[in-house]
Amino acid sequence: MRRLVDAFPAGAKRKRLVTYLCVGDPDVDESVELALACVDAGADVLELGCPFSDPTADGDTIARASQRAIAAGGGLTATLRACEAIRKRTEAPVVLFGYYNPIFVRGEAAFAASAASAGADASLVVDLPVSAAADYRRAATGAGIGVIPLVAPTSTDEHVRAIAEHAASSPFVYYVAVAGVTGGSSALASLDSAADAAVSVRERSGRPTVVGFGIDSGERAARVAARGADGVVVGSAIVRAIEEGKTSDARRRGVTALVGSLRDALERAAS
Amino acid sequence: MNRASFDGSYGAYGGRYVSETLVFALDELTRAVSEILLRDAFQAELDQLLSTYVGRPTPLTEATRLARALDPSGASLGRLFLKREDLCHTGAHKINNAIGQVLLAKKMGKTRIIAETGAGQHGVATATACALFGLPCHVYMGEEDVARQAPNVGRMKLLGAEVISVRSGSRTLKDAMNEALRDWVTNVATTHYCIGSAAGPHPYPELVARLQSVIGVEAREQILERTGALPDAAIACVGGGSNAIGLFRGFLTAKSVRLFGVEAAGDGVDTPRHAAPLTAGRVGVLHGSKSYLLCDDEGQILEAHSISAGLDYPGVGPEHAHLKDTGRARYLAATDAEALAACKTIAQTEGIIPALETAHALARIYDAAAEVSQAVGRPATVVVGFSGRGDKDLATLLAHLVTPEAGRA
Repeated sequence: MRRLVDAFPAGAKRKRLVTYLCVGDPDVDESVELALACVDAGADVLELGCPFSDPTADGDTIARASQRAIAAGGGLTATLRACEAIRKRTEAPVVLFGYYNPIFVRGEAAFAASAASAGADASLVVDLPVSAAADYRRAATGAGIGVIPLVAPTSTDEHVRAIAEHAASSPFVYYVAVAGVTGGSSALASLDSAADAAVSVRERSGRPTVVGFGIDSGERAARVAARGADGVVVGSAIVRAIEEGKTSDARRRGVTALVGSLRDALERAAS
Repeated sequence: MNRASFDGSYGAYGGRYVSETLVFALDELTRAVSEILLRDAFQAELDQLLSTYVGRPTPLTEATRLARALDPSGASLGRLFLKREDLCHTGAHKINNAIGQVLLAKKMGKTRIIAETGAGQHGVATATACALFGLPCHVYMGEEDVARQAPNVGRMKLLGAEVISVRSGSRTLKDAMNEALRDWVTNVATTHYCIGSAAGPHPYPELVARLQSVIGVEAREQILERTGALPDAAIACVGGGSNAIGLFRGFLTAKSVRLFGVEAAGDGVDTPRHAAPLTAGRVGVLHGSKSYLLCDDEGQILEAHSISAGLDYPGVGPEHAHLKDTGRARYLAATDAEALAACKTIAQTEGIIPALETAHALARIYDAAAEVSQAVGRPATVVVGFSGRGDKDLATLLAHLVTPEAGRA
């Protein structure tokens, strides 16, 4: 968890760029290379998506990638393997991102221990809301794995207070910009209110707060960052760049260009 | 029975495993259940609709010729009664839940209804309720089910609903539910998601069981009136398990009534092609609740298989998981072939064509009766949840039962 805490130093001007990709799309080895390419192009935090057969919080783009990844041997075991390979080559913090059933089937404590030994820093379990996460949080934090909570536009103040109570186990908070699934393209105006909400969540929870869902371009990333959010999460746009590349070279170039442009936009927003 | 403070746990099962965006909507629905649905005024309005529109109470039909066909000597199976949900408006028990939920949604101020459907019966029921209450209705249905339940697709469209064909995953009920959840999370402020089975995140399993409990409450009264006693067994098919839980709710506290659920064994529970999580699955989390399900060691949900679209689902409602673990209910399974054979038997002994889902329960009546009669030392009186009629399955039934190879049925 240390690496992730260090990635969000108090009072830092640098806006954090969190990049998501689905491990196993197009195959596990290439996912490792693509994740490293994200770091080289300016990503601060890697989200490694563990593909799940029924990704109900994800839109078409990530759902399709998940199906491709599972067909290519992706899953929890492969995601942990990829994490381990990435850790050997970079100190960038890694968040394992996925759904609860694979973790439940493996066993919460067993998963947390494997995640820690693979060099992961935190986990984000989309369908495990704070109210259902008490046991999991104990298992994860016991192994040194942080728990990233989601806050949505529909979240209550009580929810944000519950997050504040567990702040020590949460290196950052993920603000979901829109009520919806991943992969949309938010209207710029709605991003403004999402960024404002993220700032408010940061003030109330005491944790750095990044904004995700619907941020697919440098322009959108910069808009959110300039308004005060601590950073952005970009997922579907990266998955789309991978989907569109016909060769591994093309995929790497596509991801590098996109992440580079997001980084540049965030630098401009911060200056 | 005030369970307003109920937290959604059935023993170790149930709960609420959803993304944060939906927590608010589930809280809102939970409040509406206690503040609107449990009120006398709502119940009176619902009862009125159930009697004047749905056609309740449904009859309890004694099936003497079927009983003798299944057990000629009558040593195991004494009297057999069918709780005739097939005679509900729209042809299955699904309308009990749909009318109740759409009425509730209207009172909550929701302006749009979505639903998932497998066999199409819940989709038709929801489309019907939406037509009755004047609300727009969008029904998600797996592409494979759209093809094999074409008559119900036509019905939904005629009723004014939009049917959205789902092409992801296994293209059946599970994937329809995924898409419905995606729609709901996107339109959560205006939209009510009318879940069709006693599954999903809290409060759905309890809401649906409560609305379906009318089946068991009526059946209990009717059998007492007809026989002067409670039955020895109640049996129903289980996919998500709403008709079974509705029937069971009438008898749960009467320990002398043994409860049986019948899952879809597809090609057989010892093959990979079945839909029997209670019989051959493991515990996990799918579609918002913890229960038994079909998944691999990596936690990926496996595709279910059943000839019956309504049972073709890799999960099951959490209360059934609890009833299984506590031993209050026993869960059996029937194969595609057994269900088809049961269709033919009842059609030709009682003049009733069952839904393929219902036929799974029919296929295990004798086994349940044999087990129970051994325990009680006399022929058993059995009540079957006759969940739906077979019109929608006619093409499948004809293809399998009127060809020479199926003549053995």
